[in-house]
Formats: sequence, structure tokens, C-alpha cells
Amino acid sequence: MTEPLLRLDNVAMHFRTKGDGFLARRNQTVQAVDGVDLTLAAGETLGLVGESGCGKSTTARLITRLLEPTAGRILVEGDDIAHLDERRLRPYRKEIQLIFQDPYSSLNPRHTVGAIVGTALRTHNLVEKGGELRRVQELLELVGLNPEHYKRYPHEFSGGQRQRIGIARALAARPKIIVADEPVSALDVSIQAQVMNLLESLRSELGIAFVFIAHDLGVVRHFCDRIAVMYLGRVVEEGPRDGLYDAPQHPYTQALLSAVPDVGVVRGVPPRQRIRLAGDPPSPIDPPSGCRFRTRCWKAQDICATQDPALIERAPAQQVACHFAAPPAASLVAEAV
Amino acid sequence: MTSQTANQPRQAPVATPYLEVSDLRVTFPTPDGAVTAVRGLNYSLPLGRTLAIVGESGSGKSVSSMAVMGLHDPKSTRISGSIKVGGQEIVGMSPAALRKHRGTGAAMIFQDPQSSLHPYFTIGNQIVESYRAHHAVSKRAARERAAEMLNRVGIPNPRRRLDSYPHEFSGGMRQRAMIAMALVNDPKLLIADEPTTALDVTVQAQILDLIQDLQRDFGSAVVFITHDLGVVAQVADDVLVMYAGNAVEHGTVRQVLGAPLHPYAWGLLESLPAVSGEPAPLHPIPGSPPSLLAVPGGCPFHPRCEFRDRVPGAMCTTVAPDLVARTADPAHTSRCHLPAPDRVFASEILPRLP
Ligand SMILES: Nc1ncnc2c1ncn2[C@@H]1O[C@H](COP(=O)(O)OP(=O)(O)OP(=O)(O)O)[C@@H](O)[C@H]1O
Ligand SMILES: Nc1ncnc2c1ncn2[C@@H]1O[C@H](COP(=O)(O)OP(=O)(O)O)[C@@H](O)[C@H]1O
Ligand code: SF4
Ligand code: SF4
Ligand SMILES: [Mg+2]
Ligand SMILES: [Mg+2]
Repeated sequence: MTEPLLRLDNVAMHFRTKGDGFLARRNQTVQAVDGVDLTLAAGETLGLVGESGCGKSTTARLITRLLEPTAGRILVEGDDIAHLDERRLRPYRKEIQLIFQDPYSSLNPRHTVGAIVGTALRTHNLVEKGGELRRVQELLELVGLNPEHYKRYPHEFSGGQRQRIGIARALAARPKIIVADEPVSALDVSIQAQVMNLLESLRSELGIAFVFIAHDLGVVRHFCDRIAVMYLGRVVEEGPRDGLYDAPQHPYTQALLSAVPDVGVVRGVPPRQRIRLAGDPPSPIDPPSGCRFRTRCWKAQDICATQDPALIERAPAQQVACHFAAPPAASLVAEAV
Repeated sequence: MTSQTANQPRQAPVATPYLEVSDLRVTFPTPDGAVTAVRGLNYSLPLGRTLAIVGESGSGKSVSSMAVMGLHDPKSTRISGSIKVGGQEIVGMSPAALRKHRGTGAAMIFQDPQSSLHPYFTIGNQIVESYRAHHAVSKRAARERAAEMLNRVGIPNPRRRLDSYPHEFSGGMRQRAMIAMALVNDPKLLIADEPTTALDVTVQAQILDLIQDLQRDFGSAVVFITHDLGVVAQVADDVLVMYAGNAVEHGTVRQVLGAPLHPYAWGLLESLPAVSGEPAPLHPIPGSPPSLLAVPGGCPFHPRCEFRDRVPGAMCTTVAPDLVARTADPAHTSRCHLPAPDRVFASEILPRLP
């Protein structure tokens, strides 16, 4: 078997922090990401979903090596980049680009759009002398901006247009992988749909693989081939889109999908099974023993407190980390608290 | 001909509206010129019903609702028209009367609980203070009432939690505490401005259930501001769609989300990726919302509208449409010249939705 384009092998990121309040003097460990396995094939789109603080952005920063993992391997076409220094990372930096949520803070306000995109080209030696402006204009056109606007500054563009500038900058490196961390979350729905259509056409035209992070489960369903659901630093379920949305097997995935208010119900789309979780996710500083979801899970048994469930294939290509994994029909009787 | 009253006699089941907004205009002077953020808004809401106000950012949802609460600074805001809450006129009310209105007449909760909860005082103290501002009762009785409210909004160990500070609460619990504080004086009108936008979906579901429960128990009128049409489908009875400072469509949830009449509402629905059903391609609205310093003449939506060629003459660019009934259904109003919008929706838009 050949190595996939990207593979995370048991990756962990444990931050050492100072506690607050009474614990101010004690050091604590935040298990932001703890033993994550993921793969991404060329041209594929992998979605990462989960509640705030579950480790999505930390995973994004690990893949792009803005962070060095505390354990595990990050393999790019088989090469482990987990602990490479900046000089040796250079070729990989070009291959893996990051798009941020906030189009405002991720662009230097004192640089023109031409300079922002041009710098990305020069950093990676991707233009010959004199060809820069032409290439910048090509890229602006590619993302749906007026190529004549290269002399303008970020503040002269709307939120959606600024997100397009961020995309043009990422594309300038000709990456194989784009990690997009909530790329449309800050945008109004009509603008969000424009940017999603743009990302989709780029994916199909340029064959770029995406790791796509969003908390909006509709957006992720629309864009991704495969989806991984994270909870407290772990992947709890992962699989092809249709299997995951139509027959989720992890209680957390079921609860998450059930909580999304669906406008389709007004037009007669059947509503999902109603599951309501109590409380909020626990702190990643002191996660529960055994299954991390057990403090909110309505199916929990004694074994869940002592044995950490492994991520096991339960349906074709669909992996679930739960001792009692089952599609929703089987759990219909168990109405949640 | 004017249509100012066109959307008023539409509350068939209930007699008098509790909240009545008529021809509301809110203008802020800015260095670049006067910004009219709300331009002639009309709507009404009886007790026991939830009205969702939807629209993109900057469409005037918050500005209009803050006017209902009397929260705008009179020195830097020009407000005209009329806002009646329980028969009392809010526009032009004295600051002292407004303070009374906020609390017993109407209360508001926000996206960010930090904006209503003070970081240096305990949750209990803050609820006690709001209660005592409107009721002559002992501290002990007010504390009792505060604990009862925390319990009612689903905070475990309410008596012990009275002594917690806001930062000791999770996001969902802070939202619950803010709701407790807003409801402590039994207001008949609750305005919730994007109360769940910053929350995770599982916590959002809890808060939406809570607001619906409380409304059922207290029989209040609720204005629910959101940009999430899924949330609207879950909580609202009626929907008001806003664009560039004005209502462009008004009706029941079934009417506005099930069979909308305005091209802007169609565009919103076609921009939404679905969580269930057959996935459909997105069909976004082109362009972006106008600057309030230069709102387009005629129909303000015309630069982004794909249907304006179907309207005879140059109506869309020259004549501002009224918010009136456009079909046989008198209770469903829309601000658009397009003929037979119900048929256009059924034959062209509906088949494209997931
Ligand atoms: N540098 C850091 N030091 C300490 N803790 C951190 C650091 N970065 C992240 N964390 C913690 O790690 C956990 C995961 O954070 P992360 O930003 O990856 O979450 P996320 O899934 O992206 O959440 P959101 O949906 O809110 O963006 C959180 O508890 C966060 O507070
Ligand atoms: N104090 C103010 N001064 C000037 N403009 C304002 C002020 N408050 C709001 N606005 C403008 O009014 C418009 C409507 O704002 P708002 O009601 O907050 O929109 P939303 O629909 O997102 O809640 C926006 O363009 C906003 O920038
Ligand atoms: S392992 Fe146990 S606690 Fe964890 S999700 Fe499965 S049933 Fe729930
Ligand atoms: S009035 Fe004309 S421009 Fe405005 S929404 Fe209707 S068809 Fe479109
Ligand atoms: Mg994040
Ligand atoms: Mg607002």
C-alpha cells in the first residue's frame, strides 16, 4: 500500500499551562489533542466537526506545523514532519496552506492585495522576474476578484472579498493540501454560499485536497467527502459523508446532528430523532476516565468509566469509538435526558 | 396610496397586539453622513407569540430592537415613528419612565452575556439588584426569588450558585443566568438578540428549549433575532425578514419559510446547505448588502435581484415597493413588484431546494 498524501498517526498536543484562581501555582496539562489518527488522500475533502474547544484548530495548527506535537507522527507522503526544523520544513510549508476564519485579522492592513499575494509567490520562488503582476492578477481572477484591484488595501474590500484574498494567497503556493479553519463561519449566509461555491470549483479544477473545519454541520456535509467528529481532543467517529449523516453510530454524533435546527422541517423534511444532551463538554485539563463522553452520554454503563473505547470499523469505512456503537434506530428507545 | 396599515389587521387569533411598531425610523449622524439604519418599519406582536426577525448583518435587526427597549442614546440618535408596548408609547419617553419600562415592561437578552452580567458581582447579587429595583422587598426575599429563577432556567444547585461570579460559569450557564435576570421582573415582552449564536449546537438546543418553555409558562411576547433560518423554523410563530433597514416579508413561519414570496428570502433559502434531505447545489445571492449611506433607489434589493427583468417597465429601479399582500393570502406580505411570486416560487425555486 502506498502512503496517503497526509496521515496523522496517534498525534497528541498537550499544552502546559498555569492554572487560574486557587490553582494558580500549580502547573496543568491541557490535552487539546490526544491520540488522533487521520488520513487524507490526494484531492479528497476531510471535514472536522465538534464543539468549541474539542481540538479542531489545534489539529489544523499541527497539520500546518504551526505547532510541534507532543507525541505522534505527521506524515506527508510518508515523510514524518512532526519535529522538522524550520529549514527542513520549507518544502512542506509550500504544500500545505492554511486559510483562517477571520478575514480581517489574517491580512496585513498596510499591504496592498498585490503585495500580499505577491509575497506568497516570492516566498516559494514561484514566479520568474517580471511575471509577478500577471500571476497575481490571474490568481485574483481565479477567486472572483477584479484583477485591476491589486493596488487596493484589505479595508477596501468586504468580508467575503477579504476571504477571497486569503484564498488567493493560499493558492499562490500551488499547495496540494489546504487546511481551512472555519473559512466561512464569519460570513453572512448569502456571502458564505458564494465562498463555498468558489472553494468547490477550486477543488474540482485544481484537485487540491482539503481539511475543512466548521462547526456548521450543513456546511461540512455540503463540502466534504469524509467527516471526522471530535470530542475533547479525540476522534469519536469518522466515515464517508452519507454513512455519517444518515446512520451515525456514536451517541455524540447522534446528539450533535439531532441538535441542529433544520429549516427543511417547514417543507416536510422529516425531523431527526430528538436527543438533548445535558451540560457542557468537560474541561480538557482533567478529562473523564475511560470514554471521554461518558459524563454526558445516556447509554453509558460501568465499562465506559474504566475502558477507553477504541476507534473500530463498524460499517464500511465508518469507524466508531464506543462500546455500544449502533445506528440510531437501535437506540430510539433510549430517549436522552 | 399607502400601505402603512397593510400588515396590521393580520393577527387573526388574538385581539390586541402587545407590541406595535409603526413607521419606525432610526438615524445616526456619522462623519460620513446620516446613516438611517431603520427606515419605516411596521410590525406588531400579541402576547403568547414569538416573532423571529431575520436578515444579514447590518440589516437593522438590533437597532430596531434597541429602540423598542429605549436603549439608544437620545443625544446621538434620531428616532421617529411610534413604538407601543402594552399601549404605552416608547418613542420620546422620559429616561425615568424608560428605566421602569426596561424590567417590568420589556427585557432583552444578548448574544454576549458579558454585556449584561457584571464581572465583579456575583450572579445572585445582580439578579437581586434587578428585582429590588422594581419591587420593595427584603434582601432575603429577593434572594429567594433569585434562587427560584436560577432553578427555573435549569442551573443546578441554584442556592449555592447565587454566590458564583460570571466567569465561574460556562457559556451556556451564563446565558441561562442572563435569561434568569431578564425574566426576574416578569416582563411581558422578551427580546432575544442572537442569544445562541455564540453557543455550540448542543447547548443552543438547550437554550432554545428553555426560551420556548418559559414563553409557554409566562405567556409573554418574544422577539427572537437571528440569522439562522433553522433556529427560526424551531422557535418562531411569525417571521419578519429585514433587508437594508426595512421589512421585506412578513408572515407565519409556514408562509415565509415554506412558501416565501420575496426574491431575497428565496436567495437566503438557496444559500443554505442542508443537514438532511437530498444535497442540492447552492445558488447564492450575487453581490453584497448595500451601504446604508447609499441605499439603492426603487427596490433596495434590485442590484442583487435576478428577477427584476420580469417586472414590467423600470419599476424595480424607480418605484419602492410597499409591504402588502401579493397573493390571495392577506396575512402574508412582501415588498416586491414581481407578479405571481407564489407561482414563481413553486415552479422555479422549490424544485431547487434540498
Ligand atoms: N496555546 C494553548 N495553550 C493552552 N491551551 C490551549 C492552547 N491552544 C488551545 N488550547 C486549548 O486546547 C483546547 C482545544 O482548542 P482548539 O482551539 O483546538 O479548539 P477548537 O476545536 O478549534 O474550538 P473552536 O470551535 O472554539 O474554534 C481548548 O481547550 C483550548 O483552550
Ligand atoms: N451608533 C451607531 N452609529 C452609526 N451607525 C450605527 C450605529 N449602530 C448601528 N449602526 C449601523 O446600523 C446598521 C444596522 O445595525 P444593526 O441593527 O446592528 O444590524 P443587525 O441587523 O446586524 O443587528 C449597521 O449598518 C450599523 O453599522
Ligand atoms: S463508550 Fe459508553 S459512554 Fe462512551 S459513547 Fe459509548 S456508550 Fe457512551
Ligand atoms: S421589486 Fe424587483 S428588484 Fe425588488 S425584489 Fe422584487 S423583482 Fe427584485
Ligand atoms: Mg477553532
Ligand atoms: Mg445585531
